Amino acid sequence: MSAQLRERVRAHKEALDAHVREIVAWHFNPETGCPFWLDFAARAGWDPRKEIACYEDLDRFGYFEDEWLRGGPVRQWVPKGLAHLPTYIFETGGSTGVPKARIQMNDFRTDYEQFSHTLPGTAFPRGADWLMVGPSGPRRLRLAVEHLAQFRGGICFMVDLDPRWVVKLIKWGEFEMAERYKQHVVDQALTLLKAHDNIQCMFTTPKLLEALCEKVNLRKLGIRGIFCGGTEMTPQFHRFAVEELLDGIYFAPTYGNTLMGLATHKAPVPEDNWAIIYYPPAPRAVLEVVDPNEPATLVPYGATGRVRLTTLTKETFIPRFLERDECEREAPCEQYPWDGVRNVRPFASLGSNVVVGVY
Amino acid sequence: MRHLPILRQGRPYYSVDRARAIHHRTKEPFVEISQANVGLIRRDFLQLEAVAGRLSDFTSEELIRLCASAAGHFANSTLPLGEGTQTPQEYVEATSATTGLPYNMVRRNQAKIEGVLANMAGVLRGLTRNLDLSILDRGHGEAAGTVVSYFRRTDSLGVVLPSNSPGVHSLWAPAFALKTPLVLKPGGQEPWTPYRMIQALIRAGAPPEAFSYYPADHAGAGEILRRCGRGMVFGDVSTTRVWARDPRVEVHGPGWSKVVIGDDMADRWPEYIDVIAASIAENSGRSCVNASGVWTPRHGRAIAETLAAKLAAIQPRAADDPEAAIAPFADPGVARRMNQMIDGILAEPGAIDLSEAAGRGPRLAEHDGCAYLLPTIVWCDSPSHPAANKEFLFPYASVVEAPVAAMPGILGPTLVCTAITEDRGFQQRLLAAQHIGRLNFGPIKTIQIVWDQPHEGNLFEHLYARRAFQTMLEPATA
Repeated sequence: MSAQLRERVRAHKEALDAHVREIVAWHFNPETGCPFWLDFAARAGWDPRKEIACYEDLDRFGYFEDEWLRGGPVRQWVPKGLAHLPTYIFETGGSTGVPKARIQMNDFRTDYEQFSHTLPGTAFPRGADWLMVGPSGPRRLRLAVEHLAQFRGGICFMVDLDPRWVVKLIKWGEFEMAERYKQHVVDQALTLLKAHDNIQCMFTTPKLLEALCEKVNLRKLGIRGIFCGGTEMTPQFHRFAVEELLDGIYFAPTYGNTLMGLATHKAPVPEDNWAIIYYPPAPRAVLEVVDPNEPATLVPYGATGRVRLTTLTKETFIPRFLERDECEREAPCEQYPWDGVRNVRPFASLGSNVVVGVY
Repeated sequence: MRHLPILRQGRPYYSVDRARAIHHRTKEPFVEISQANVGLIRRDFLQLEAVAGRLSDFTSEELIRLCASAAGHFANSTLPLGEGTQTPQEYVEATSATTGLPYNMVRRNQAKIEGVLANMAGVLRGLTRNLDLSILDRGHGEAAGTVVSYFRRTDSLGVVLPSNSPGVHSLWAPAFALKTPLVLKPGGQEPWTPYRMIQALIRAGAPPEAFSYYPADHAGAGEILRRCGRGMVFGDVSTTRVWARDPRVEVHGPGWSKVVIGDDMADRWPEYIDVIAASIAENSGRSCVNASGVWTPRHGRAIAETLAAKLAAIQPRAADDPEAAIAPFADPGVARRMNQMIDGILAEPGAIDLSEAAGRGPRLAEHDGCAYLLPTIVWCDSPSHPAANKEFLFPYASVVEAPVAAMPGILGPTLVCTAITEDRGFQQRLLAAQHIGRLNFGPIKTIQIVWDQPHEGNLFEHLYARRAFQTMLEPATA
């Protein structure tokens, strides 16, 4: 690591610590915090505002449990300081049982505006229209991608895919029906692409991108940039997409979820061998790679571990959440002077019952 | 480390995603295998129709000649393997390394495949019931005085392959001679044989684009079977269940093959003990055609004790020992779990593993760093005992007494049934049974395959259909 980068890493860490203090002060202030965390602090017997001075101190909260996000009362998560704003609820999971939910007011807009700055104007021209083909409904992606398009001066066309239905079809062994449903989605997308010349940018999932490219050459239909995410992407898919599907269209793979926001990818270089490397939207969210058996311990750079998320916005405070993903820990780089994650994939130790990457 | 690429219609492709197969003894990675992503497989399918057309340009006679030439290359030539090459001996060693099969068993399987390729004309005669194969070239012709026309039902045969024994690859080989491009998903521990067969066929002059070879995960396997007009899938019940009702896919699950003895021959059982023992133990009991049950109206206990004593002599040996007769498990964990499963089944009263008392020692054995399950003969006092109709990937058989009058219904699904009986009535009932795949009358080893007899479905009928046809045109002269 160069001396210059080391200095930027240090400066970022200082800024992160200051951000942590600000966020903790907000969430544990009886005037601004949400009932869940105020109650937590009351029961914990210590005042986070006095005792949390830096990012590492967040370990005192223990591990955030995803069960806390299932079911109500959902208003326990609304910070009093933001209660006057229109509130959205975004869900994740939910193929069976109660989905996890996160309330938001503006975070999705902030995240996607930040992400917008990483998109090259040549591939995602301002004023160009967008097509969003993927999971919408109760998901954050729906409003987020539309906001991204609007933020860049475009209008967003929508084709929905209901992943909960796809997961059910797969579990039932109804592969043909799943395929027909996918084709139904793809057909709608193609109809829009052929009818609207100004659609030049797309969001879609890896599987839908493959399915679209089996039917048409997206470049010939005017697409210049594709923002892809929603499910796991492997290095081989990355290579396959760039070499065989996209015909020169700019490809922006992303890793995101309702709890974190959106992690942007590092521009690929040959020595990365098509690895997909993401950096979280620090300091609003921090991704770390930890020893699965000792989740308080970071693994060395390059080593494999479980993804641990900490979300630090005024709307949402999620400390030390162990994701259902594993990856390799990536060192800071010039563009992002904080830790990143490489080749995120489902966490192997959680077993094979999780249906992933089907849409 | 060796690296096996994907073959995309014959073109090697080195994937970023790679799986590793380990050496069964050292547990060190032995080979890297490129993994095909589902999208890549789907994309290649867009071109398969043209490939099928290319194979149609060959006459059946040319393809049969080509198979015969490939047989020699498979057995004797140094052939491409990724960016390097592979000699026949290296093939034997590599297959042994990742599957655990001793060299002598790999060679026997190698000879079986060579035989099928060399005798493709005979194999096709059996499959087509002696059809004049030029009819397939022209699309129509005359057979036994009747005008016939056949058409290929599919542009490709997708095959999801197992890792248990290389001999299984002889089952898909005739598809090539039947002008059908192949889309193969090799087993994770046995990528070698299909790759080598493809290289042998290409060396003999086959168009490379007729062969796709996609090492992949379950999703890739499923995509192959869904996309191909016709398919074959090998695996256990959980793997194959989803395809059981799909007429496009031939399912090759557990065999539950058996030796049954009639009332008329039961007292003469000692004469047949060698055939029964070989049916259970040859090829390390890994094949679906290995017997996993011996059903007799009487003398069951004596038969079981004799088999147990005979097979107790089979003990672990080095992979290159010409006397090796049992293979270790490539993954010791599988052996341990299987052993626990058997112990669990035997915990229910009414069945006993006689092999330990016969001198075998513990069922789960370790030798030279490898885990073995040694031959196990279980005596069941009732056909309804859960041990009575089980199949495992090693020499395991239950011996069960049951009245002949209840057979064959009581046998359940049976891939190969060797019936030692001259009782015409019993024979007729066996011939009428719908749940028996291959039927041998007389002391024939269940594992003894005659390749002109269709195996678990007729590949020709799987790939071709007959249409009604009339013509007023003059027949073309040859």
